[in-house]
Amino acid sequence: MSLDTKTVKKVASLAHIHMEDDELKVRAEQLSKIIGFVEQLSEVDTDNVEPLANVGDITLHLREDVINDGKCPEKVLKNAPEETQDYFVVPKVVE
Amino acid sequence: MTDLTNLTIAQALRGLNNKEFTAVELTQAHIDTIKENKALNTFITETPELALKQASESDKRRTSGNVRALDGIPLAIKDLFCTNGVQTTAASRILDGFIPQYESTVTQKLFNDGAVMLGKTNLDEFAMGSSNTTSFYGNVTNPWKRSDDDCDLVPGGSSGGSAAAVSARLCMGATGTDTGGSIRQPASFCGITGFKPTYGRCSRWGTIAFASSLDQAGTFARTVEDNALLLRSMSGYDPKDSTSAQKDVPDFVSVLGSNIKGKTIGIPKEYQVEGMPEEIAKLWQQGIEWMKEAGANTIEVSLPHTHHALATYYIIAPAEASSNLARYDGVRYGHRANQDVLRDMYEFTRAEGFGDEVKRRIMIGTYALSSGYYDAYYIKAQKVRRLIANDFIKAFEKCDALLTPTAPSAAFAIGENEDDPIKMYLNDVFTVPASLAGLPGISVPAGKDTQGLPLGLQVIGKPWDEEMVFRVADVIEGMAQFDSIPQTLKRKAA
Repeated sequence: MSLDTKTVKKVASLAHIHMEDDELKVRAEQLSKIIGFVEQLSEVDTDNVEPLANVGDITLHLREDVINDGKCPEKVLKNAPEETQDYFVVPKVVE
Repeated sequence: MTDLTNLTIAQALRGLNNKEFTAVELTQAHIDTIKENKALNTFITETPELALKQASESDKRRTSGNVRALDGIPLAIKDLFCTNGVQTTAASRILDGFIPQYESTVTQKLFNDGAVMLGKTNLDEFAMGSSNTTSFYGNVTNPWKRSDDDCDLVPGGSSGGSAAAVSARLCMGATGTDTGGSIRQPASFCGITGFKPTYGRCSRWGTIAFASSLDQAGTFARTVEDNALLLRSMSGYDPKDSTSAQKDVPDFVSVLGSNIKGKTIGIPKEYQVEGMPEEIAKLWQQGIEWMKEAGANTIEVSLPHTHHALATYYIIAPAEASSNLARYDGVRYGHRANQDVLRDMYEFTRAEGFGDEVKRRIMIGTYALSSGYYDAYYIKAQKVRRLIANDFIKAFEKCDALLTPTAPSAAFAIGENEDDPIKMYLNDVFTVPASLAGLPGISVPAGKDTQGLPLGLQVIGKPWDEEMVFRVADVIEGMAQFDSIPQTLKRKAA
């Protein structure tokens, strides 16, 4: 299957990555190649096979529902590109 | 290279305990060697001051008789492990300047055992690559060169900086992470030993995530024993990682030197891929002979879904990556693009911050997870993944470990295989299946090709049976008597 630039544009938008038109064309070619490669899986008979999500024989353990972390706003904000009064600052989203 | 930097970890521990040298002297020797080898570009961040401070604390402990398992051993840490107060980048522009405020469990465990950190090593961006050519901080150069040309070769990837640093004697050991072969393949390319334990053996907490169902921390060193020493310190249950195993950590070192008489080593017939270089086929055959010489039986086993492993991996890993990397949006940390509209800020931050290969994988993953394609790609791949895992379970009914080549080639030149992503992905053809099945695996240097480049053999074990992997690897190491000093170092020393 080959991906057209319209599909690639949609994927880029879903992935929140800005792409110029000429890049979309290059990406369409690359992605088509990879999708073409992985499509070989359709040959494999997987009827009655359960998907494997967790490879280990590990069962997830529960812990007590208690607060065991926090009270370190300065650490949380240490790498913030912009912050004020213990908040992250982003471009204005409401008029 | 000096006498001190050429020691193994086990030898250095003995030397420190016998007061032949101090941890500060050992660390300084490595810091000096790093300075002389800047051209290899193995480190993104060097931490000589921290290292000397840790070394001096180690010397104090030794004087007071309070010695820990790795006390005073200078290590390099792949720049995918968050280190408190030390820049951690995943070799990506999007994390350039990021200073974690916490320590990954793996590095904390190493420090608790007295290890010294020399710095953070280069890698493929977000561990996505097989050649260490996708790093924002530039390529890493392999200390090995072909005997008949002067081409700079790749160290393999993604843990290329760690592997090259261990090989060039810039550190005694290093951490790596392995998602599809990112420890074993660079170990093979750089002529050192690299170990990926069972999924869940080491905590993933504080390790920057690529593909969470596959990512596993592991070790690099110049001997099997040194890997066993490092892995013992790094392993163990961690309540902060829900997939970390509540299992006792064996003393991996204690199994070394025991024989493999009467054990059965499986040789998977599907790994005899078309176009395998004759030298690699020969080395594999040599490995089989070594097994027999050591008193083990070898049998052919079948892993029938092997040839679908790469395709399975290249859906599952990008899908998980696209989800894991969604967090890099310019809001809380890392690079932020200068844009006035929020949506544009996200999109330009990610366009500027991620490199080409990372974008490619996010796009593949986003596509595979998108509405209408989820079942056809992601669920399908998870089903094939089960078939691949079942192949191994069946094979291990008949054998104790598997023996295969590590990679389909020796190290290639920087720039080669760049034109076609699929060609690059083929590097992982022998390592990806064990990753998909969550199995422990090691690469041991076993020989050289006609151009003098190292080639590794891979041993794959049953889940939680790292000990058998170490035992078989120990035999290979003993039989191969591999000379691990790259000729570029010999020339310098001469």
